[in-house]
Amino acid sequence: MRVVEPVVELARGLWTTLRMMFDKPVTIQYPEQKKPVKPRFRGRHVLKRYENGLEKCIGCALCAAACPADAIFVESSENTDEERYSPGERYASTYEINMLRCIYCGFCEDACPTEAIVLGDQYELSFTDRRQSIYPKEMLIEPVPAGGKPTPQKTEPGTFTRSVPAMKDPQD
Amino acid sequence: MNFLLVLEWLIKGFVWALVLLGGFAYLTLYERKALARIQSRVGPNRAGPWGILQPIADAVKLIFKEELTPAKADKLIFTLAPVLTVVPAVVITAVVPWGPSFNIFGYHLNLYIADINVGVLYIMSIASIAVYGIVLAGWSSNNKYAMMGGLRSSAQMISYEIALGLSFVSAILLAGSMRMLDIVTAQGGYWFHFIPKWFVVLQPIGTGIFLIATLAEVNRAPFDMPEAEQELTAGYHTEYSGMKFALLFMAEYTKMIAISAIGATLFFGGYNGPFVDRFPWLGPIYIFVKIIILLFGMIWVRATFPRIRYDRLMAFGWKVLLPLSLALVFITAVGIILAQQVNSQLIIVIPLASLLVAGVAVALVDRTLRRKDYARR
Repeated sequence: MRVVEPVVELARGLWTTLRMMFDKPVTIQYPEQKKPVKPRFRGRHVLKRYENGLEKCIGCALCAAACPADAIFVESSENTDEERYSPGERYASTYEINMLRCIYCGFCEDACPTEAIVLGDQYELSFTDRRQSIYPKEMLIEPVPAGGKPTPQKTEPGTFTRSVPAMKDPQD
Repeated sequence: MNFLLVLEWLIKGFVWALVLLGGFAYLTLYERKALARIQSRVGPNRAGPWGILQPIADAVKLIFKEELTPAKADKLIFTLAPVLTVVPAVVITAVVPWGPSFNIFGYHLNLYIADINVGVLYIMSIASIAVYGIVLAGWSSNNKYAMMGGLRSSAQMISYEIALGLSFVSAILLAGSMRMLDIVTAQGGYWFHFIPKWFVVLQPIGTGIFLIATLAEVNRAPFDMPEAEQELTAGYHTEYSGMKFALLFMAEYTKMIAISAIGATLFFGGYNGPFVDRFPWLGPIYIFVKIIILLFGMIWVRATFPRIRYDRLMAFGWKVLLPLSLALVFITAVGIILAQQVNSQLIIVIPLASLLVAGVAVALVDRTLRRKDYARR
């Protein structure tokens, strides 16, 4: 014979929900407040620059080859000492990523020999037109760092002789 | 028929209709906010400060939405059904008094719309009409899910109406009248100067049955079978959109307000409260606060309990609530006779015997539902 227990069980359920009313809401007021992403978050791609402002991308198109979704299109051109974009032999004159195709797998990041392409922390990628889904190089490349000069730069002949620039050890 | 009386009726009816409609709009916000807080969220807060303009935004959206009528629907009934659902929900509260009468500028003002001597019967009959709207909405949509929702709704409402009516009977017996005003007056005053003479004290189990049966009556969780999303998409209003949907929605929420007002009047002392005889304007405030608290109860239950299975819903209605409420009517009658014939102290028999009977009911239900642990034996 259980008389009190069933009622107590119902009341305990009600008490649990009532208690939650006095908890702090977990809501983050999104457009005003943003939660920082995790360090290894894979967001929108960023094309990196060296400290002097030269682009890291040498236009090798290995990222395009590694891309399983075929989202990346690279067209490369020759650097000259008069108009130098990257320290290598060539640079990406066109660099486009189709954000509707991209699956954010990060293979491009791994394939890149100069660590030029990095999946950043930007995740607000909404657009209103299919054509806007193709992000050109101007949107992907990071701004010139302080102390650097914008590309194309005029450089002394004989400074950059390697086809693939020397690179530091990977940090990640 | 003097002109001033007609004007008074018109104004009171208009004000009450506005209160109900505005109340409906803000009840949706209240529910969303309360549910959100229970679920550790903040709820709507974008339209205006604290989201207070949200109902207006919703209304504008619903008005401008396209209204679809299914090709093989019964057009006339499909259009009439929402109206048939809304009208009873709005007129049902006409008999609820929301304050004591008082003289203002030499004019005697009664704070109710209609004073019918069979007020409770009026409420019962109007509440039954509401089910037609739902059944016809479900049937005329020419949609299997809508039809199922309508059928479930009618079966459920008819079953629970009996328990609801019998819980009304105990209030009627205690007050000795079917007039809402008499029922409220009978609940005025205090025992031992601090326990209010509300019928919830005399008949706690009757109040409990009323609260459970009203949840089923207004199709609220955990008895929201007619619109069980997982089973019936949206139940009887699956095919409705735009303003017609808004009307069905409005009927549902207005019914919640109405049933809370009726519950507050029948069992929680209506407009009675401290100092209400000295300051009559406190009456509407008290009944408003009581309605808000009862509405919170409905929202709270919705946030807590899962939907119960349909066969169990019917079994609970017919096998538990009906016998229990019959027993309560009997106990109330016996208690009143004892109090009248033997000693007025014996009125305490009613709550004690009701609690005993309810305890037996709980024990029996628990024994039936308990999982048979064959494995342990």
